[in-house]
Amino acid sequence: MRRVVMVTAVAACSAFFGARAMANEGVLKLTQDPNQWVLQTGDYANTRHSKLKQINADNVGKLQAAWTFSTGVLRGHEGSPLVVGDTMYVHTPFPNIVYALDLNNEGRIIWKYEPKQDPNVIPVMCCDTVNRGLAYADGKIFLHQADTKVVALDAKTGKVLWSAVNGDPKKGETNTATVMPVGDKLLVGISGGEFGVRCHMTAYDMNSGKQVWRAYSMGPDNEILFDPEKTTSLGKPVGKDSSLKTWQGDQWKIGGGCTWGWYSYDPDTKTVYYGSGNPSTWNPAQRPGDNKWSMTIFARDADSGMAKWVYQMTPHDQWDYDGINEMILVDQEIDGKKRPLLVHFDRNGFAYTLDRKTGEVLLAEKYDPAVNWATKVDLDKNSPTYGRPLVVEKYSTQANGEDVNTTGVCPAALGTKDQQPASFSPQTGLFYVPTNHVCMDYEPFHVSYTPGQPYVGATLSMFPAPNSHGGMGNFIAWDARKGKIVWSNPEQFSVWSGALSTDGGIVFYGTLEGYLKAVDAKTGKELYRFKTPSGIIGNVMTYTHKGKQYVAVLSGVGGWAGIGLAAGLTDPNAGLGAVGGYSALSNYTALGGQLTVFALPD
Amino acid sequence: MFSSALMKRAGALAIAAALLPLSAAVAPSPSFAETQTFSKQGDPTPVKDEDGKYFDKNGAPTYKIQPDGTVDWFTYSGYRRYHAECHVCHGPDGMGSTYAPALIDSLKTLDFDHFQEVVVGGRQNVGGGNEKVMPSFGLNKNVMCYLDDIYVYLRARSDGALGRARPAKRENKSPATAEAEKACLGE
Ligand code: HEC
Repeated sequence: MRRVVMVTAVAACSAFFGARAMANEGVLKLTQDPNQWVLQTGDYANTRHSKLKQINADNVGKLQAAWTFSTGVLRGHEGSPLVVGDTMYVHTPFPNIVYALDLNNEGRIIWKYEPKQDPNVIPVMCCDTVNRGLAYADGKIFLHQADTKVVALDAKTGKVLWSAVNGDPKKGETNTATVMPVGDKLLVGISGGEFGVRCHMTAYDMNSGKQVWRAYSMGPDNEILFDPEKTTSLGKPVGKDSSLKTWQGDQWKIGGGCTWGWYSYDPDTKTVYYGSGNPSTWNPAQRPGDNKWSMTIFARDADSGMAKWVYQMTPHDQWDYDGINEMILVDQEIDGKKRPLLVHFDRNGFAYTLDRKTGEVLLAEKYDPAVNWATKVDLDKNSPTYGRPLVVEKYSTQANGEDVNTTGVCPAALGTKDQQPASFSPQTGLFYVPTNHVCMDYEPFHVSYTPGQPYVGATLSMFPAPNSHGGMGNFIAWDARKGKIVWSNPEQFSVWSGALSTDGGIVFYGTLEGYLKAVDAKTGKELYRFKTPSGIIGNVMTYTHKGKQYVAVLSGVGGWAGIGLAAGLTDPNAGLGAVGGYSALSNYTALGGQLTVFALPD
Repeated sequence: MFSSALMKRAGALAIAAALLPLSAAVAPSPSFAETQTFSKQGDPTPVKDEDGKYFDKNGAPTYKIQPDGTVDWFTYSGYRRYHAECHVCHGPDGMGSTYAPALIDSLKTLDFDHFQEVVVGGRQNVGGGNEKVMPSFGLNKNVMCYLDDIYVYLRARSDGALGRARPAKRENKSPATAEAEKACLGE
């Protein structure tokens, strides 16, 4: 049944190839079909929720590994496969191989694409050679390679239809993110915050690869695509030179603000949403000012790129709390009124609920009680610090200064949550959030800038949140209307895998030891676990084939988690000679690169 | 200037290299050998103190850790620089990661000379599905001006003379060291 529908959908797409309005409709429709998974984020709203319910709370305990596939690469595997019709598309970390697998033929390889990339790109990528996956639209598979080349592949043959170069790895510009097809455009971000890159969001024409617009995170108004009168922040126009005014001299030119997270889109208002990363360097004393618009949520018009509103969460970052995590678009009732919301779990430990039309911050609460660097976000409209976090002096690496070790800051630089995306279930109205439960000592010091070389300027050491369960992560259910944790499952390691919730009343996520887990969406009770060959930093997805539901996830430990936790963390207060105070991930899992697909027994 | 400071270092390097064959012939003192295995560079006992910077008998930089745990400035500075420049790949405390080897083990087979060679020139080990590239830091002042520091820190870690945590007590930076640092950074 579904296969027939799919064939017509693809046929419709190719028939209207080039008809601009259709492409948008195409992706939107495909994301509404729970049998397929065509965007990394599941849908434009980034909910990562599936309406499928063959696998549910009653039977998930019987889940079995149905088939597996080795990617042939042993680095950190982030993102997830896509399923379009009867084809599954699997990507790998560097060298960014793409496989098209035939689901009708036991996963036989239909085509394989392996780009040639200069290995010198590898060490320029901060923290492993991950790639967060492909996107599908209009008969094309889109890949954004590590070396910033964007390629459109014919979904049927793997043939390169066009390619575009988005940046220069010699300057420290690389890519780890996925892309998002919107209308007749492809939205593309960039990494390099540790190399003093000035980052941007760029739209390419989906059919030709021509650049349509580019919006920098910092710089003059015409380069950040701001209208001083119409672009607002906290309800007021931002005014002229809103970014330039917040940097000393021309430091904005190496300002960072990278765009390596997830992107979402509201088709009703044609608005794209995304966040920007840390300002370069990690030494705050070297870059006075608010450093706008790093650490910012952007709402931009998809067609023109012009900013509608912006909100900077962490002005003048002092802890590397990148603002790039996903923006989840939901409509929920707050104070008895249905509102168009944007919910964002920031690295800085606050979960923000905003009105996505106006950019008004409705709520900002800590989603890990350990968070201590700020007491709260000031939401009093009459206060001079409206919208700003109230920073605790003791944990301010700016206040303590260069060459001073600021201790006990929670969360650590990897955030209460990094890029690993949360899910939202309309069934429960709750968000399911993979989190880190790690704190740090942070010592900034002077660094000099050399183009194409790391520009870090801080030493940090990390440790599990003190006076807690001793683990380094939690998997939580969050109510964004109230700003409250509903339940919280402690985890031994940071949860670095994207969640998937389903209408089966369950939530899936992976762990760094390599378990795929399923829990009850209402209570968090564990219903299933299976240990895959390597640690999971990929995101769980689901689809059907020939009427049967499958759940799939990539294993392959790595990324920041693999770097930070492989050898285990130590307690800095244990003094000299302390040996591996906490569990080393290397005692639980080893490198790998594998897809595991799960199903119920026939 | 950066280049002249490098020259000075290159000079030190040449001396160290010239002395190397000697060091190979000299076995570490027996009392030590029973309890620990030194890094490839051998006996870390400092025989020379240049304004708070210590050198072993082969002229390679070494650490000095006092009974109360006070470390020399370079060990401490190396701790900081390591965790800023190398940690993102080699993991905390030189312990290794899923991405790059544990340098506290590497030093068992790499002497100071080879260590410098890898850091300055980089190294590629690609293919086979496990792409590994050590970047070349030869042009990076934030590393090149602190190469001795990072080595001294890792040497202490590799010898088991320093634990995983941040050194709690340290000697101060000497004025001569501050001068040399400024000159190297070109400031
Ligand atoms: C971008 C990641 C990255 C960074 C940053 C990095 N390294 Fe490496 N390094 C590697 C990799 C990967 C290897 C292994 C290369 C191989 O397999 O040949 C390596 C190898 C080495 C080796 C040789 C080890 C051996 O066993 O032979 C040394 C020494 C070394 N690195 C020192 C350093 C120092 C010192 C720093 C900081 C100044 C540093 N590295 C920063 C990735 C990195």
